[in-house]
Amino acid sequence: MVKTFEEINERIKKGEAVVVTAEEIIDLVKEKGIKRVAQEVDVVTTATFSPMCSTGAVINFGHSDPPIKMSKVWLNDVPAYAGLAAVDVYIGASELSETLGLRYGGAHVIEDLIAGRPVKLKAIGYPTDCYPRGELETYITKDRLNQAYLFNPRNSYQNYPAAVNSSERTIYTYMGTLLPRFANATYCSAGQLSPLLNDPYYRTIGIGSRIFLGGGVGYIAWEGTQHNPTRERTEKGLPVSGAATLALIGDLKGMSTDFLRAASFHRYGTTMFVGVGVPIPILDEKMVEFTGVSDADIYTTISDYGVPLRDKPALGRVTYKELRSGEITLRGKRVPTAPISSYAKAREIAALLKSWISEGKFLLQEPIESLSQDRTVESLEILREEEV
Amino acid sequence: MAKRKVVLTFPPERVTQPIAYHLVKDFDLIINILRAEIYEEETGRMVLDLEGDAEKIEQGIAYLKSQDAKVQEAARDIFLDEDRCVDCGACTGVCLPGALSLNKETWKLEFKKEKCVFCELCVRSCPVQAIQVKF
Ligand code: SF4
Ligand code: SF4
Repeated sequence: MVKTFEEINERIKKGEAVVVTAEEIIDLVKEKGIKRVAQEVDVVTTATFSPMCSTGAVINFGHSDPPIKMSKVWLNDVPAYAGLAAVDVYIGASELSETLGLRYGGAHVIEDLIAGRPVKLKAIGYPTDCYPRGELETYITKDRLNQAYLFNPRNSYQNYPAAVNSSERTIYTYMGTLLPRFANATYCSAGQLSPLLNDPYYRTIGIGSRIFLGGGVGYIAWEGTQHNPTRERTEKGLPVSGAATLALIGDLKGMSTDFLRAASFHRYGTTMFVGVGVPIPILDEKMVEFTGVSDADIYTTISDYGVPLRDKPALGRVTYKELRSGEITLRGKRVPTAPISSYAKAREIAALLKSWISEGKFLLQEPIESLSQDRTVESLEILREEEV
Repeated sequence: MAKRKVVLTFPPERVTQPIAYHLVKDFDLIINILRAEIYEEETGRMVLDLEGDAEKIEQGIAYLKSQDAKVQEAARDIFLDEDRCVDCGACTGVCLPGALSLNKETWKLEFKKEKCVFCELCVRSCPVQAIQVKF
């Protein structure tokens, strides 16, 4: 039996669609078998709530009188990129405050805007006939901005290595605090709930897909930076380390701080927790097989962050089931584990998206273009001009 | 009998010295080491209860200071802001006594204060600054 996006959307509009979360489908498959689930279920909702540095927002402030061509811009003392049209900027989550350092960054500006708090705008420009003003200082709020949209060049990593630290000292990373001599391990994926682990070959998730983003509606804009679909996979087709990524876009004004949250990792810097929910249509039995994966089927690589090199040593593989148990065994030693990605929030998002679809408020969008399946990731070589 | 909970930070060259032994022997103190670790760039850190004669406790602390140890009053309370917390679990990775843990059913954070030894490691490990120390 094969269903189409159109048929599923018709059922959603009539309020007849059967929607389950990527967690609920696991037991459903065990109970009823793949064939029956393929007939009965229309949509599976997936989600993740993880910190992602490659997050930011495009903002248009509107023109002052007299107008200014903003060439340097600060929002609450955090520099924003202004090399665009006169009053357009891009504020990145990991840009740091010039006064508060690692404690406050672009992510916090974005959170303050979403929360409706006023943000101080400071701009300088070079006066011209078109734009006579040289500088300004004022306060902005989300409602008075012309456009404010999140644009994340990279999000929703298909999988990500777990982190440990072999060195003799505590290290502070984007994977959290890693204690010396393998005293803890951290991991960062929603595993069985995670979008791209439920559609490992991107059959239904692609450019143009409509998604839940930060509490509002967003879209997949492009493949994400460092998209790496050619990563080694298990026999179920699941990559064993970081693989595909997504570039996401969505209206900041419709988002909520419940699902988009600024973060500051000690001695690392600022980043942003981004809530993403992706619906997967059950087009055929293959999609039931894919969405039916559980944490016991999904492996990731253990990576040693104690080695400060690009290619960190891989120390083995574990399943998310083992990671979630709170303890793994590494070289005969028991190592406590902790997540960095919120499973509780991912669940909340998957349930919310499920209710939106069940109530007919959210339709699926078939990808207008598929994500690349053969891209590889190049590294940066340090060259002199004559070596190029 | 008086009782004080203090945090000692001592430089690398003192790490191996039997500080605890002297507190017991020279000052008649009952000590309870709640936590000891070699930390960051090999600095030692110890959280301990000192119990004994109030004056002897003062003398003991003076002795510790003479040994280049930094002595701070231990935090009285670790405060979790539940509205701010996103249940990511990052803090549970450094809470070795297991005061902070994720509930395996709901995956929400649980804080069992009675297990806390006030090491404060969770405070800076929380990426959304949901944990604060109160003195
Ligand atoms: S201070 Fe924090 S990390 Fe340390 S024991 Fe208490 S709760 Fe755990
Ligand atoms: S690290 Fe902070 S946000 Fe994450 S679970 Fe702990 S207290 Fe909550």
